[in-house]
Amino acid sequence: MEIPYTVAVRPDTGLNNVKLGIWLFLASEVMLFGGLFSTYVLLRMGAVEWPLGAEFLNIPIGTVNTAILIASSVTMVMAYASLKLGDFAKYKTYMLATVLLPVLFLCIKGYEYYEKVQHDHLPSHSTFLAIYWTMTALHGIHIIGGIAVNGYFWGPGSKMWHTKPAMFENRVEAAGLYWHFVDLVWIFLFPVLYLL
Amino acid sequence: MDNVTTAEGIAHAEHGHEAHELSFLQTYVFSQDHKVIGIQYAITALLFLLFGFTLMMLMRWNLAFPGRPIPVIGNFLGMANAPGGIMLPEFYNQLGAMHGTIMVFLGVVPLAVGGFGNYVLPLQIGAPDMAFPRLNMASYWSFFLGGVVMIASFFVPGGAANSGWTSYAPLSVIALEGQTWWLIGMMFLITSSLLGSVNFIVTTLQLRAPGMSFMRLPFFVWAQLVTSFLLLLAFPPLEAAGVLQLMDRVADTSFFMPSGLVVGDGPLEISGGGSPLLWQHLFWFLAHPEVYVLILPALGIVGEIVANNTRKPLWGYRVLVYSVIFLGFMSFIVWAHHMFLTGMGTTISTFFQTTTMIISIPSVVILSALFLSLYGGSIRYTVPMLFALAFLPMFGIGGLTGLPLGLTAPDIHLHDTYYVIGHFHYVVAPGTIFALFAGIYYWFPKATGRLMNDLLGRIHFWGSIVAINCVFMPMFITGLAGMNRRLYDGGMQYAHVQGVMEWNAFMSYGAWALGFFQIFFIFNFFWSIRHGKKVGNNPWQSTTLEWQAPSPPPHGNFSTPPEVHRGPYEYSVPGASSDFSMQGEAPGADPEPAKV
Repeated sequence: MEIPYTVAVRPDTGLNNVKLGIWLFLASEVMLFGGLFSTYVLLRMGAVEWPLGAEFLNIPIGTVNTAILIASSVTMVMAYASLKLGDFAKYKTYMLATVLLPVLFLCIKGYEYYEKVQHDHLPSHSTFLAIYWTMTALHGIHIIGGIAVNGYFWGPGSKMWHTKPAMFENRVEAAGLYWHFVDLVWIFLFPVLYLL
Repeated sequence: MDNVTTAEGIAHAEHGHEAHELSFLQTYVFSQDHKVIGIQYAITALLFLLFGFTLMMLMRWNLAFPGRPIPVIGNFLGMANAPGGIMLPEFYNQLGAMHGTIMVFLGVVPLAVGGFGNYVLPLQIGAPDMAFPRLNMASYWSFFLGGVVMIASFFVPGGAANSGWTSYAPLSVIALEGQTWWLIGMMFLITSSLLGSVNFIVTTLQLRAPGMSFMRLPFFVWAQLVTSFLLLLAFPPLEAAGVLQLMDRVADTSFFMPSGLVVGDGPLEISGGGSPLLWQHLFWFLAHPEVYVLILPALGIVGEIVANNTRKPLWGYRVLVYSVIFLGFMSFIVWAHHMFLTGMGTTISTFFQTTTMIISIPSVVILSALFLSLYGGSIRYTVPMLFALAFLPMFGIGGLTGLPLGLTAPDIHLHDTYYVIGHFHYVVAPGTIFALFAGIYYWFPKATGRLMNDLLGRIHFWGSIVAINCVFMPMFITGLAGMNRRLYDGGMQYAHVQGVMEWNAFMSYGAWALGFFQIFFIFNFFWSIRHGKKVGNNPWQSTTLEWQAPSPPPHGNFSTPPEVHRGPYEYSVPGASSDFSMQGEAPGADPEPAKV
């Protein structure tokens, strides 16, 4: 017996296994980052003084990085849409962009970290910087994971398109859902850390 | 592992033409078959339960005879832990912290969810396997690595974590290296539970056989489904907390470290501004749902066994299902009843006191429904049924003694005393662990094709039920007298507990007797794999789908894809030709003759 509904949609739930699985995984991720954002709120409420983000962080650089991530979300959608339209060459182009844009994001982030270290703005310096380092680093790990997955579907994993196109579409869709989630976390992180 | 050999043997016989040959490693070690993974989980978890219990038997020596050298074993504990065989307080603290951690995270939950869930749930819903077999394998190995890290932490300088299983900050932040290992071990365990819970939910929702509607799911499946949601949503905040504590320890941040903290000979050089209370909130946000993770699968197992051995349907199946779901929701908003004495404020305490009283309602409903299921039944006192029957009053004692703890006023007196220890051990030990024993005796013939020995099972049951009550019942007495739960010498320094000190030795003898009676189980388990009485597919004359599959089920589980025609507990249906109608039997068709 094969495992059913790996590709086909189960009529009474309206989902296939992969899509339900990735949504459940994202629910758990929401709880993970929810715990961290709650920590931020509680510690800030109880703090005697709390710096403005701009005192430590470079807002223009953060804005550029936000734009880069949003752009990568758009290319992700375009990649999936190209696949749905059967245009594999276009898919490859858009997927490559989805892989390279976050690499650029990480380079810029790395420069920001470097600057912090130069000024001795380490996590042990203050609770604000502790939160900044912890949350952006955890988000960065999620970015690296996303680059690995999308890179796989751009490179070796894309062979599946020629053998099992429906299953490949599903996988790219799941990777896309994850990628949008990672972007969304940054869209919360940016104002919370840089602007407020 | 004889049973696995047989399962794979049949698998190869049936799928020989299509199955690519699996290597030894793929078949037995890195298997993706839910049944092999279930057995791996179960055996690993049983070993951890034994290990965690052994730690406790050592601790009980020092509680009974403080300052006296431990005979024989004391010589092997090392100079740093027990010079001259006499246990040091620091070592006692390590044993205490690791006993809790191992029993909860490496023993009971992996056995109840990873073991029984993996083995039984896909069979009960008529699925060929779990939805994501590779994730399932990853889940087991992540759990295994977590266990290895936890055990290895005993051998790092300063020994294992010693800040209690709750790892309260700031104590845990200033603790020695073992605590870092504890946090890393927990990361592996949390990853494992995440992969497992996603898999269980998708499997239950997506892979139900045709006709298996939600209200036809066996109660065990419902219990596992709700459990999986709790694991999925409650564990990540603890992972967040673990990351933060790791930062506090490794990168010198102050998430949980308040300003002006003085340790030893001076104030700590930290930025301060953190909140120790925050750790407790994040920890208990997991750890209270975790209590229901411990108990729900046990309730599911007991439900199956009670229906089967009373030969009548479970009383109020729908009420049971709704109660379990309600319990799952409520378990997310009761966590701070563990924190009444932290000074978090009376308004918050009152809120959590109220929700705690509310959550007791579905618990009582479930227990009452199970009791009512016994009424009028012609009960078969098989070994699994004995354990399931014992579960009911034992869990009842555990639950009812929890009510005074959930009310803020009596909790002032009872907090952190042996009364608390007695309360939650009644829930988990003669409660959950007895239900797990019941499950092992019940599903053993499905996994191996052989029954476990009846006489050894009965000795195991009667010995355990007497001994375990000797351990935990006196804890209510010493706890009410005010004996603190964390004293390594049992309270010798405190005048107010001198009157109850003699119970310490009594409880210790109970614990060792309990250990003795487990030998019957261990022997029975291994002996029966080869020498137990051979039985057919459905030795208990049960109705659910797993008994329709061959024993042991082959790879892919069912020889023909099952279809479901009726509810899970159609026992003693008037007019039916036998006293049980299996879920897979078409209506009107002659039921298969019972193969006993």
